[in-house]
Amino acid sequence: MFRAAIKSAMILCGLLAGPAAAEEPFIVVQSTTSTQNSGLLDFILPGFEAESGIDVRVVAVGTGQAIRNAINGDGDVLLVHAKPAEEQFVADGWGVERRDVMYNDFVLVGPKSDPAKIKGGDDAVAALAAIAQAKAPFASRADDSGTHKAEKALWSLSGTDPTLSSGEWYRETGSGMGATLNLAAGMDAYALTDRATWLSFGNKGNLEVLVEGDPRLFNQYGVILVNPEKHPRVRAAAGRRFIDWLTGHDGQEAIAAYKLNGEQLFFPNAQQ
Amino acid sequence: MQDFASQFSQAGHLILTGDPDLWAIVMLSLQVSVLAVLISAVIGMPVGAALAVARFPGRRALIILMNALMGFPPVVVGLLVYLMLSRSGPLGVLELLYTPTAMIIAQTVLVTPIVAALTRQVIEMLAEEYSEQLRSLGVSRLASVPVLLWDARLALVTALLAGFGRAIAEVGAVIIVGGNINHVTRVMTTTIALETSKGNLALALALGTILIGIAVAVNAAVSALTLRTEQEGLRHA
Repeated sequence: MFRAAIKSAMILCGLLAGPAAAEEPFIVVQSTTSTQNSGLLDFILPGFEAESGIDVRVVAVGTGQAIRNAINGDGDVLLVHAKPAEEQFVADGWGVERRDVMYNDFVLVGPKSDPAKIKGGDDAVAALAAIAQAKAPFASRADDSGTHKAEKALWSLSGTDPTLSSGEWYRETGSGMGATLNLAAGMDAYALTDRATWLSFGNKGNLEVLVEGDPRLFNQYGVILVNPEKHPRVRAAAGRRFIDWLTGHDGQEAIAAYKLNGEQLFFPNAQQ
Repeated sequence: MQDFASQFSQAGHLILTGDPDLWAIVMLSLQVSVLAVLISAVIGMPVGAALAVARFPGRRALIILMNALMGFPPVVVGLLVYLMLSRSGPLGVLELLYTPTAMIIAQTVLVTPIVAALTRQVIEMLAEEYSEQLRSLGVSRLASVPVLLWDARLALVTALLAGFGRAIAEVGAVIIVGGNINHVTRVMTTTIALETSKGNLALALALGTILIGIAVAVNAAVSALTLRTEQEGLRHA
């Protein structure tokens, strides 16, 4: 009994010692699932970490949640993709300055059977109208993410309010891109997704890209330092250093170098 | 459909070769959940035992509340802890959000009601059994708490295991307060959620089987320990 107690105490001490590992300088980046799930951040961040000695801790959530977390001060840098919401964030004083980082595009995916007959088109708005006309299942993020904001903008251009059909052919998942694609694959639904998540997604099932190339499907990513005047604990110096790197020569080159199955997922476009 | 077999063998390979990333994730899961259960034991057992023996107005209501809290949704706990630890929250100065400590706090909130409620049940039965003996010895109700807890220690291990099961399997709270940050706060369940969202369903499932394996191993270890204690106890008696 006694020996067992000592043994358990020793195991316990080992467990306790774990989390208190040496602290190195770090920043918290509030970002979106697309940058993480596509593997981009895992690919580019080690370069910055090695050069600066700053550990980058990424919290990957939807753009809407990332912005709200940043407003609460729970992050030093915001890296998301919803330009109007980002500009609002800066205008309201929560962020210091917004810089373009990179872009890719959204694509409309759907089942190979394509009940709304939209395949091959390059007009995303007309395609959505056709989906609504056919009452074909459409899986929406419905989580205020960057992709969801883009989807809503396209619907309003199409003159349809799909939320009137919520629960019928319009399925609001309230989940991340991956979860929504899993659902679309499961029920043969259409969905709007960013290309990076789509290319790296492992459960495509019956889905394929049906509509792409519409200029309105452009998907811009921006980076913002959370305002240290609003939240004095923001690690501003380290955050600035990261933003300068990301929008500078090395970061931009690293973004361009990231390929999945030979395909480039993000295209750097920071102003030099 | 994707190649389930290859993803399963990929996961098996990660385990067998002792992939350091995977091991770190497994160890962090254990650290967080074991510590949360221990803290819950320190809080929940005395509270549960006191509720079992003490008599005061509102006791029944308190017991009902405690039993109900066993089903507290992890997401709600995660949100509450997030609001407390956020830089805009009352405890923001502690800078605990997105750390393993935040995850331990969230899981402690989840597990404590379970430990307390189950302890209450065990001790209440035991107190009834011993009531005459304790009264004849002139021990007051509250003073009997330590004795009863010690006597019920083997039954209470089950309460702790129930709490551990809840903690190690939980994802809703730790993903909010931990942020699922690679190498910092990523645990088994958040890894499974991440791989699922990437569409790597087989890999997620394989990681799930590791999680079950861990749960079985912990239960087996505790069961072996209690069995030995029991036997030693009999020998001494």
